[in-house]
Amino acid sequence: MRGRNATPAIPDPTIPPRSRARPRDRRCILASATLILSSSPPEGHGGNAAMMGSEVAFGFDSPPETEEMESLALSDAPPTVSSLPAAISASSDGDLFISPPSALHFPLSSTASGDGGDPAPSTASSFLDPPSYADIVFSPFDSQNGDDDNGADNGSMLRRDSSPRSTRAARSDYLKISVSDPNKEQETVNSLVPGGGTYFTYLITSQMRFGSAANGDGESEPVEFSVRRRFRDVVTLADRLAEGYRGFCIPPRPDKSVVESQVMQKNEFVEQRRSALEKYLWRLAEHPVIGMSDELRVFLQAKGKLPLPTTTDVASRMLDGAVRLPKQLFGEGAAAQVAPQEVVQPAKGGRDLLRIFKELKQAVTIEWGGVKPLLVEEDKEFLAKKEKMQDLELQLSTASQQAEALVNAQQDVGETMGEMGLAFIKLAKFETDQGIYNSQRIRATDTKNVATAAVKASRLYRELNAQTVKHLDTLHEYLGLMLAVNNAFSERASALLTVQTLMSDLTTLNIRIDKLEAASSKIFGGDRSRLRKVEELRETIKVTEDAKSCAIREYERIKENNRNELDRLDQERKDDFLSMLKGFVINQVGYSEKVANVWATVAEETSSYARGNS
Amino acid sequence: MSALGGGGGALRNASTALAISSTESFAGTPSCHTKRVRRPPGSFYWLHAVTPAPPLDTTTLKQLVFVSDYAESMIPPEIGPQKSSSQSPRSPSGAPFLSISVTDPVKLGNGVQAYISYRVITKTNLPEFQGPEKIVIRRYSDFVWLHDKLADKYKGIFIPPLPEKSAVEKFRFSAEFIEMRRQALDIFVNRIASHPELKQSEDLKTFLEEDEEAMERIRSFETGIFKKPADLLQMFKDVQTKVTDVVLGKEKPVEETDPEYEKLKHYIFGLEDHLTETQKQAVRLVKRHRELGQSLSEFGKAIKLLGACEGDSLGKVFAELGSKSELLSIKLQKEAHNLLMNFEEPLKDYVRCVQSIKDSFSHRANAFRLHCELTETTKLKEINLEKLNLMRSDKTREAEIEYRELKAESEEATRRFETIIKRMNEEIVRFQEQKTAEMGLAFHLFAKGQAKLANDIADAWRNVLTKIEAYSLSSGHD
Repeated sequence: MRGRNATPAIPDPTIPPRSRARPRDRRCILASATLILSSSPPEGHGGNAAMMGSEVAFGFDSPPETEEMESLALSDAPPTVSSLPAAISASSDGDLFISPPSALHFPLSSTASGDGGDPAPSTASSFLDPPSYADIVFSPFDSQNGDDDNGADNGSMLRRDSSPRSTRAARSDYLKISVSDPNKEQETVNSLVPGGGTYFTYLITSQMRFGSAANGDGESEPVEFSVRRRFRDVVTLADRLAEGYRGFCIPPRPDKSVVESQVMQKNEFVEQRRSALEKYLWRLAEHPVIGMSDELRVFLQAKGKLPLPTTTDVASRMLDGAVRLPKQLFGEGAAAQVAPQEVVQPAKGGRDLLRIFKELKQAVTIEWGGVKPLLVEEDKEFLAKKEKMQDLELQLSTASQQAEALVNAQQDVGETMGEMGLAFIKLAKFETDQGIYNSQRIRATDTKNVATAAVKASRLYRELNAQTVKHLDTLHEYLGLMLAVNNAFSERASALLTVQTLMSDLTTLNIRIDKLEAASSKIFGGDRSRLRKVEELRETIKVTEDAKSCAIREYERIKENNRNELDRLDQERKDDFLSMLKGFVINQVGYSEKVANVWATVAEETSSYARGNS
Repeated sequence: MSALGGGGGALRNASTALAISSTESFAGTPSCHTKRVRRPPGSFYWLHAVTPAPPLDTTTLKQLVFVSDYAESMIPPEIGPQKSSSQSPRSPSGAPFLSISVTDPVKLGNGVQAYISYRVITKTNLPEFQGPEKIVIRRYSDFVWLHDKLADKYKGIFIPPLPEKSAVEKFRFSAEFIEMRRQALDIFVNRIASHPELKQSEDLKTFLEEDEEAMERIRSFETGIFKKPADLLQMFKDVQTKVTDVVLGKEKPVEETDPEYEKLKHYIFGLEDHLTETQKQAVRLVKRHRELGQSLSEFGKAIKLLGACEGDSLGKVFAELGSKSELLSIKLQKEAHNLLMNFEEPLKDYVRCVQSIKDSFSHRANAFRLHCELTETTKLKEINLEKLNLMRSDKTREAEIEYRELKAESEEATRRFETIIKRMNEEIVRFQEQKTAEMGLAFHLFAKGQAKLANDIADAWRNVLTKIEAYSLSSGHD
């Protein structure tokens, strides 16, 4: 009678089923759970109430704040009621994962019972007092809040609207970005790996704030663009952005999955990736520079195949690569050919090998040789900032771990409270059925009251937890962003290394010219071959000088980008942290008050038992 | 101890007499002495069970300083129903009372020999007791002795349960375990002292008043020499009956078939299952509270460090949040402790009480079996006697004596069985009332504790919220 059957009877929608089964999975779920919340635009056309979304969305469909919450002096904007229906209508456009919010309870509770095979709710109600039970589960706050789900969603929308993130989103050029409708497609070139022949494309719908730049009419109605992209295209976009925006903190792209292709076919995986992509695109759009980039616009708007070059290394360089090689790096022997644009790119694989070796040698010389490079990082302010960022990263990583532990512990309390409530419900039912004596019936009633309160409290804990996850996710997010910061820093370092290499080349060249000149001056009338050599070297120096100044300009540009980005991040982080703390605290206050009320009622009801000892 | 002829009687009637004494658990000759001696007072007690006990003075109970919320309030509700039913116009000040407190647990001895001793303080105005106040030192095994004595003598009464024998070795001397056990022992003796029948027990008086040496002597005398033979005899007897049953191939009505009793048994077994489950969850809830406290404290530390990275006044907000987290962590630990003492422990006690009821089931089953056997045998002897009478055998006289004795024995067994039934019927009512009061209190304390905790949490965070808002205003954000 008790045990397995009963556990799913508390629909547990805020917690994805997997997280119950495997606690270690929680992190990714917590993270992905919040994806939707923070990534969907405040205007509410996220269109993302798919599976992951619904799990979380449920957490917000009962009032996170009622009278107590409102009594707190909130400086939030008035709720945008209109946004809610928008969210719902956007979410119900035929996606197979989508079900209307009101219908979420049962599907979810059965999912929680393990692969949906268990007709859990009916089993549960067959041995439990049905009316009272339903009462507990489905309308626990009737007494406190006459209104239904609407009020709740407004509450959460309201908070979301006031967050700095969404104000940034509001500044973005994009009104809407949504990733939906994952579609399995067949690879045209057959793969040797079984199951590797298929991939998923996602429908990416976006809307610019001020018409589309494509038709050149800034005042026109916002045009909606729909393109289909696969994950590989996203990788391309990320690569192009990394190339084109060195020194910026480019939001990190979702990881390439290392799972097997069979796993990739799973809905769960696809959905996780879908929401991750959406969140990623929103982050890009919110970035003040990248949000306005051509690359992003092309990615979002260009019809058909993505026109961005997949890799500059293979595609474009194979053809004219030989011509555009930075010859000065081969040494003095090769014909001088300027390719300054090359030095503005960090050296990477393929035919850049020579340069890589050179720069590596340079790095080693600086590192181990004790040779003072000609140009050093001397921006004290930057170095201090960098150190601060490293410290921040460390603390962020600890804090996000602890936040996760806290969320897990909070969830455990809620769950255990719920399970205990359930055990008491059964006990109460048993006592009622077997009741012979009056005292027994009184006890059964008391037990039921406590049980009901425990289940209510458990539900509140869960809702609180969903909110806590949402707020503390800022920590995770910034930890992820630290990767971007580190990338920006390493771009700077590599640009510096290029400059250093070129400068040391120049020194070498000059020394050689000096030597040659010295040698030729000993011969009266000059040594023609030596003089020719000197001429050649002078030519190389000229080219290298050009490359150097180009590299220095790039370095300066990156430095500038770094600085701007750090300033921007500092400000945004302050805002985001503040809103995180505020959100966290407000929720704690609100829900704790509710929990306190629930228990205070029971304490009042049972006060007759505590004679003269309170 | 007066040696009456009864002991010899028991020896004389080899199998049947042994059966009696062993099921009585007074097996062996000396206990037969006790039995003979005790019988008249026994029936006197029995009468007392019906007569309402004089009310205890509740005000004096509050003097027990060492008793926790739960333990303290255990007693008044228990006395409550009696008081109301037997309330007389007598002034409460003169009312007889008996209140006991178990205090000052002290660890004595070393290593495996180590044990905890308690100070047991008795305050009473009952004339049977030596004086108004008596203090003795007792250890856990003394409580066990008292429990076992009562369980032997008052079959059918749900003897108040003792706390579990021993926890995991590691926790045996942890402050928490000791305190929990002390509380449970306190409740145990006070339940006995407030039980209308049990409080009249000589053993209780011995337990409360004998000095340590005397107590030791009595215990070793009984447990060392007589208890074990009793067990052996019981075993012997059990085997014997089983063998007889098998040999004779007769299906005996070993179990009662009274539907009311069946229902009760069904109820108790079901109740045990449910209670075990709830108690298990309560244990987990305590654990979860502790874990949350732990996480909150670590979260607070991490947040403080993170805030230090931010430096300025935002850093102060972080620090504030961090300190409050750590503060709340302490509150959570406190509440976890309260939960353990005031909620989990009463639930565990509930389970123990149910187990004590189950003990009385087996006593009842034994008594019933004995009653049936003796009735059966007596009938056979009667037939045999009639036969002998008809035959005018010279064995008639002997057989008649035997029959009379057996008949007396049988009647006694029947009476005992009926006493058990009667007691159980009364006890179950008591049990239900008592548990309603106790659980009501446990629920109350649980709810109160949770409400307080939640309010503390809300207050602490509200405090942080004002700081955050002050910061928002000052820095021009929002």
